[in-house]
Amino acid sequence: MSEQQTEVNSAPRDLVISARGLTRHYGKSIAVDSIDFGIARGEVFGLLGPNGAGKTTTILMMLGLTEISSGEVSVLGFDPAREPLKVKQRVGYLPDAVGFYDQLTATENLAYTAKLMGLARAERAARIESALARVGLAEVAEKRVATFSRGMRQRLGLAEIIMKRAEIAILDEPTSGLDPQATQEFLGLIRELKAEGVTVLLSSHMLDQVQRVCDRVALFRGGRIVLMGAVPELAVKVLGAGFVVEVEAEGPGIARRLAMIPGVTQVETLAADRFRMTAERDVRPDAARAVVAGDGALRRLSVDEPSLETIYARYFQAQPTGDVRHAA
Amino acid sequence: MRREGSPFQGLSTVFVKELSDHVSSIRMLMLELLIVSTALAALYEAISSLRQNTAEDPFLLLRLFTIDQAPLPSFVAILGFLIPLMAIGLGFDAVNSEHNRRTMSRILAQPIYRDALLMGKFLAALATIGISLAALWLLVIGLGLIFLGVPPGGEEIARSAVFLIVAIFYAGVWLSLAMLLSTVFRSAATAALVALGIWLFLTVLWPMLAPALAQAIAPADPRYVLLGLNDPATAIWTQELLRLSPNDLFGEAMLAVLSPTTRTLGPVFLDQLRGAVMGAPLPFGESIMIAWPQTVGLVAGTIILFAFSYVLFQRQEVRA
Repeated sequence: MSEQQTEVNSAPRDLVISARGLTRHYGKSIAVDSIDFGIARGEVFGLLGPNGAGKTTTILMMLGLTEISSGEVSVLGFDPAREPLKVKQRVGYLPDAVGFYDQLTATENLAYTAKLMGLARAERAARIESALARVGLAEVAEKRVATFSRGMRQRLGLAEIIMKRAEIAILDEPTSGLDPQATQEFLGLIRELKAEGVTVLLSSHMLDQVQRVCDRVALFRGGRIVLMGAVPELAVKVLGAGFVVEVEAEGPGIARRLAMIPGVTQVETLAADRFRMTAERDVRPDAARAVVAGDGALRRLSVDEPSLETIYARYFQAQPTGDVRHAA
Repeated sequence: MRREGSPFQGLSTVFVKELSDHVSSIRMLMLELLIVSTALAALYEAISSLRQNTAEDPFLLLRLFTIDQAPLPSFVAILGFLIPLMAIGLGFDAVNSEHNRRTMSRILAQPIYRDALLMGKFLAALATIGISLAALWLLVIGLGLIFLGVPPGGEEIARSAVFLIVAIFYAGVWLSLAMLLSTVFRSAATAALVALGIWLFLTVLWPMLAPALAQAIAPADPRYVLLGLNDPATAIWTQELLRLSPNDLFGEAMLAVLSPTTRTLGPVFLDQLRGAVMGAPLPFGESIMIAWPQTVGLVAGTIILFAFSYVLFQRQEVRA
């Protein structure tokens, strides 16, 4: 849809996941309706949308865990419908509200999946230990999972992906039901994965969290991707302009100077010394320069980053909702 | 469209994990206690009765399995009743518990096919039952040696080994049924209740219903009734209906194998018995031939029920 507008990654984009006309229907109801997207290596891609918008179904199709009605998807060059084992060998999946065998310890749980992955015995112990250490579960490695909190289970799920050394990590609603601190820790772990070059696909209905970690997002609604791109781009597209900068400064003719900065579309004077600029990009450095150059006294310079929530709300306000589909 | 890769990848891992779960579970411990204690009680009665009249019985060891001393039924009858309980106990939550614990999608996201998961679970439960039955079998032979003091002959061992194999397939039927129900019902409690309901129906109610149904289908000819005889048509219908129950198949097969004098399992006409030496044991191979259809029935039941759960499981949505 808006792939050509995306310049997050350098020119020849190395696509690890690409979907064309991907569709899934259950009987007459359509869960995923002919979606197209491409995800480049190393990016954090967010699938957003209300519950039942088709996010999980899309994920399951990518893993070959549910049938594809029509269209095609390729994951790391493999077709998940025909070569699911090759896909699943390389892709880590953390399901929504992941579960573990309560009577087994964290290590035993990971050992089971490690065996299913076909890791050699010597390799297993080392990988499990380091993965548990990475997610901060080393002290409870020998405790039974029955005693784990929700946040610990999510981290254990992430440890499984780390242990797998997955090239792509697919996380379905990873932060839902976590307290704010656990959420922060988890988002930190996601950033670490990205730093290691893992492609992360994240589904969520918690917009502000997604905004904090995602390079690009796709907004789902009724089984379709209605918007796709980086958050600032979407802001420009939906809100008209991406950045709102507030300047508090004293000096002659500041409003005029601010309006002359390239990229600024509008300057409002809120008070004698307060101005609000709307711009297509982050114009704070230019605004500071303009104020200082005009002998003004700069007191405050703040930016309202375009929030995904605003974009989301605005977009769906503008486009009246069709029928609400339930795919869950 | 062909899938690539082996459907058995990960089978042994699932098998070992499930086996260790079963062997170490409290559920299995309780089932084993139940079976061993009732079986020992039956054996004790059998041994004490055999010691009083140790005649020139060439198949003393086999008598241990089949002799019944009121009020206890024979060892084989007790197993026929309890093996289904054990199989249902191990199978009723095989699939739905993975959904309910939300481990299903995580496990299936590993590089294995669903085949491996279902097959591994089935084989592990069957192996658990097999190990328990083999232990019980050795116990019977050991106790027979100690208390009766007669070493078992080769044919006795062979016949009792056939008993063991048929018993495992009998367990397989119930295990497949329990796993099928665990695939159909998302709630483990529902699956367990339905499985136990079917078990009680087939072992307790069906033997009473079958003759009544046979009467309805093939009413007895008044001439037979006047002579005080059973109408062969009704008798055959009764038996055919009874054979729908795996319990009955197991009982018949065991009768043929463990009581070497058994010549037939159905009603016979007198002229068919002409020339037969009544009371003489049949050779091992002939007994097997008599038990063969029942055994095949049990094997087929296992396979058909497993195939049903396999198809259902393959088509099931991963999501809870």
